[in-house]
Amino acid sequence: MSALGAIIARDIRLAFRAGGGAAQGVTFFALTGVMFALAVGPDIALISKIAGPVLWTGALLATQISLDQIWRADREDGSLDVLVETSDMLALTALAKAFAHWAATALPLIIATPILGVMLNLPAEAYAPLAISLAIGTPGLSLIGCIAGALVVSLPRAHLLIAIIVSPLYVPILIFGSGAAMSDVGAPQYGANLMLLGATVLFAAILSPLASAAALRSNLD
Amino acid sequence: MNQQTTTESTRPSIEQAERVIFSASGLAVSRGGRPVLTNISVRAEPGDAVVLRGPNGVGKTTLLRAFAGLLRPDHGEVLFTDAADAGRIRDRSEASVFCGVLNAHKAALTLRENLNFWAALYNAPQTRIEAASAQLKLDPYSDYPAGALSTGLARRLGLARLMIAQRPVWFIDEPTASLDSASSENFVAQVEVHRRRGGLVVIATHDPLPLSGARIFELTTKVAA
Repeated sequence: MSALGAIIARDIRLAFRAGGGAAQGVTFFALTGVMFALAVGPDIALISKIAGPVLWTGALLATQISLDQIWRADREDGSLDVLVETSDMLALTALAKAFAHWAATALPLIIATPILGVMLNLPAEAYAPLAISLAIGTPGLSLIGCIAGALVVSLPRAHLLIAIIVSPLYVPILIFGSGAAMSDVGAPQYGANLMLLGATVLFAAILSPLASAAALRSNLD
Repeated sequence: MNQQTTTESTRPSIEQAERVIFSASGLAVSRGGRPVLTNISVRAEPGDAVVLRGPNGVGKTTLLRAFAGLLRPDHGEVLFTDAADAGRIRDRSEASVFCGVLNAHKAALTLRENLNFWAALYNAPQTRIEAASAQLKLDPYSDYPAGALSTGLARRLGLARLMIAQRPVWFIDEPTASLDSASSENFVAQVEVHRRRGGLVVIATHDPLPLSGARIFELTTKVAA
């Protein structure tokens, strides 16, 4: 197995082991959905109208809670040194870490979305736009989160700091993502939102590995 | 106790290490913005063992990290050159491996899964995993979650990474601090095997390790400000 493949496989395996972050994210996501349904009450028309944005916000926050572990877990046990020592290009290692975070955190959310959709009375025609916009948008959340995780790698309990760093950067993804989720497939604003969402994520995909690698290097000193 | 002797543990499948010369010249390192060590020059040839000594806080770990490229020195440079061809500079990631005080293992993975992961990172063949596991007597614990290992066993797992990586230059920080005397002797034997293969080691330690012909590099506190 190649080194990058091994890093991805290890991180996903760790996320699904006891104490890993995978179950944490999905549970948080499900609780957000339940709480919203309870808060809105029996107004079915209202709840199905806001179900898309609510699920998008829930997914965004659920992705955020495991960001501080992306790099810090590796720093605390010394394996960050090993990753740095063996990598030809630290940026590629960062890309692998971001991908592993997405696969272990966001992918389970996307799979859980239909169940939460039923609970929030999501209209039948809205499932596809929501799932597609989440699939395109969530990698951007992991990529941007990877930079924030690298910036605060040496700070203990950096949850709040991470939230402050990533929130403004998450705004475009949230706006375009939930914009697409609320539109009908084929409507002009659906395509426009998805394209802008894709562009934002691609931009993050180029910037994130380089920025994460630079942040890690400066934190090693 | 089935003590293995040094000669037995070399095993038939001896991989010769590449012959690399390590040199650091005029190195100055700082920690948290404070200068720790200045003007450090070390040179080690294939087969050498350099032992860094000095009181706590003198900067042994910092210096080792600078040698291993994990910390940018303020001045000076670290070079790995081919012993046969002095003009050929070797890439640090292929020339050296660093083992710090942390063992770099994942507590949630089994001992064997940790070894397998390192083998993938260092591009090591399966035989090397088995050799490292056997030589450091880790075989009986293969299926243990690494988090359940005792401090000494976890240290042996951490040291196994050196043998899996098989880079010519080993930088090791306090290798034997938590090892019992038998494990410590066994580890020293592995270091000697590595040196006979043409590798070299730089070790920071307070323990008097019985390494033959080791050079002691004494570090002294000089920066008071």
